[in-house]
Amino acid sequence: MQYAILCYHDEKVVCAWSREEDEAVMEKLAAINQRLAREGKLGPVARLLPTTAATTLRKDRDPPLVLDGPFAETKEQLLGFYIVEAASLEDVLAIARELGQANPGGAYEIRPVGYFVDGSQAG
Amino acid sequence: MTDRSWMSSVLTAARPKAVAALLRYFRDLDLAEEAFQEACLKALATWPRNGPPRDPAAWLIMVARNSGIDHARRSRRHTPLPDDDVSISDLSDQEGPTVERIDAADYRDDILRLMFICCHDELPATQQIALALRIVSGLSVAQIARAFLVSDAAMEQRITRAKARVAKAAQSFETPGPAERARRQAAVAAMIYLVFNEGYSAASVETAEKGALADEAIRLARLLLQLFPAEPEVMGLLALLLLQHARAPARLDANGDAVLLDRQDRKLWRRPLIDEGLALVDKAMRHNRPGPYQVQAAIAALHSRAPTADETDWPQIELLYGALERLAPSPVITLNRAVAVAKTKGPGAALAMIEALSGPLANYFYFHGARGSFLAEAGRNAEAREAFGRAIALARSPAEAAHIRRELDRLSEAGRPAAAIRE
Repeated sequence: MQYAILCYHDEKVVCAWSREEDEAVMEKLAAINQRLAREGKLGPVARLLPTTAATTLRKDRDPPLVLDGPFAETKEQLLGFYIVEAASLEDVLAIARELGQANPGGAYEIRPVGYFVDGSQAG
Repeated sequence: MTDRSWMSSVLTAARPKAVAALLRYFRDLDLAEEAFQEACLKALATWPRNGPPRDPAAWLIMVARNSGIDHARRSRRHTPLPDDDVSISDLSDQEGPTVERIDAADYRDDILRLMFICCHDELPATQQIALALRIVSGLSVAQIARAFLVSDAAMEQRITRAKARVAKAAQSFETPGPAERARRQAAVAAMIYLVFNEGYSAASVETAEKGALADEAIRLARLLLQLFPAEPEVMGLLALLLLQHARAPARLDANGDAVLLDRQDRKLWRRPLIDEGLALVDKAMRHNRPGPYQVQAAIAALHSRAPTADETDWPQIELLYGALERLAPSPVITLNRAVAVAKTKGPGAALAMIEALSGPLANYFYFHGARGSFLAEAGRNAEAREAFGRAIALARSPAEAAHIRRELDRLSEAGRPAAAIRE
């Protein structure tokens, strides 16, 4: 069985960390990641950039609506995620629109990835 | 991370929101700050024992309001407080829907007001920066003094004077209309850029505190973008700061001398800051409402996207500087466009362009530095030496002078073979 561990935290607090504090946390996490990778337990790991850089595609209407800012609706739940390679926001929005046509309703929140490890190679 | 640094992160993050709400309540900046300090002390005493509250800002506002009222009574400078202010008086530890409502409705204008107070027209730039760092960011006077390389006492005096001026100015505690909100947002954006430039300035000595100012400006820009998440110019401002700050690790060499953009080791640039900046530029552009911060961010983005200096998209940069000249005409921007023109059309074209600037920029260090470089590139070494000489006379720091001296050295080295032939 594979599990996803979704990371939540108060962004204002995390953005208030000094660089040293941030690096200290990332270092401690990296040590655990490396052990998990050696044990063959680690999948991809990603740290998303702050929600100030987020864009949301509401696909519960046609045509879908592009909104600045993060997804902020509590009656919908996180059901999955994609990691895609795209050259620009327009490119990733095009991918999201195509996915949205296949699966209308709800929304996609689009966030740039700031840190990525493919766990299978991290050991 | 230790408990202590976790707590300080939470208090730092909650500060603008809490002090802003307390300012609206007390209508007195000193009282709001003192009350917030007292609430922080209570938090340090109780949170480790009882665990942190779910909404630290709401907790701090409630505790600060109570201690602030006590304080006002004790000091007998009590003026009738607006106790009909439902949005604050209903706060309790049991966070209910009231808190959510305050969050959405009032905090934005409160925080904007707190930031806007620091942008008072009559305050010189240095006082605006000092006041913002003290009031909004909550840095200590000693920290700010170190960043400005002045004594604690001098900085204390500067901040006290700035506060007195701000207190005298009439402040509106009414909810601002859209036009007033836009005006405040623009003034605050300019103030944040001043804070950043103070941290980034090559004119002053590089210290850890200087770097901290740039981080602080980025934090303030994030805060402004949270207040106005769909405002392309605010996206542009944050993007600009992130993209410029990403280069910080490559800006100085081992001797502490400045390294120009085209000679920087691009591997040292901080990738996550660049990625976030590029994402924000993309987002801002989608709005089709260009402004000076967006255009400057777009220029910084082109530098960030070039894998090497030689691969820089100079024609596009020249076009963007042209756009910037139309949006915000200034001889300094024309000078920057000339640098791009020198790359695309050669030094002759750049020299022709900046001829008209020799009057307005006669005392501008970078004008003579750039002119010297164009002349050197055109092979007019004697004139180049003269221009560099003028630049050295105008240098505001040993680092700037040292940089020009290296240009002069390069000129002599290049000139040597020619001289040898003549002999």
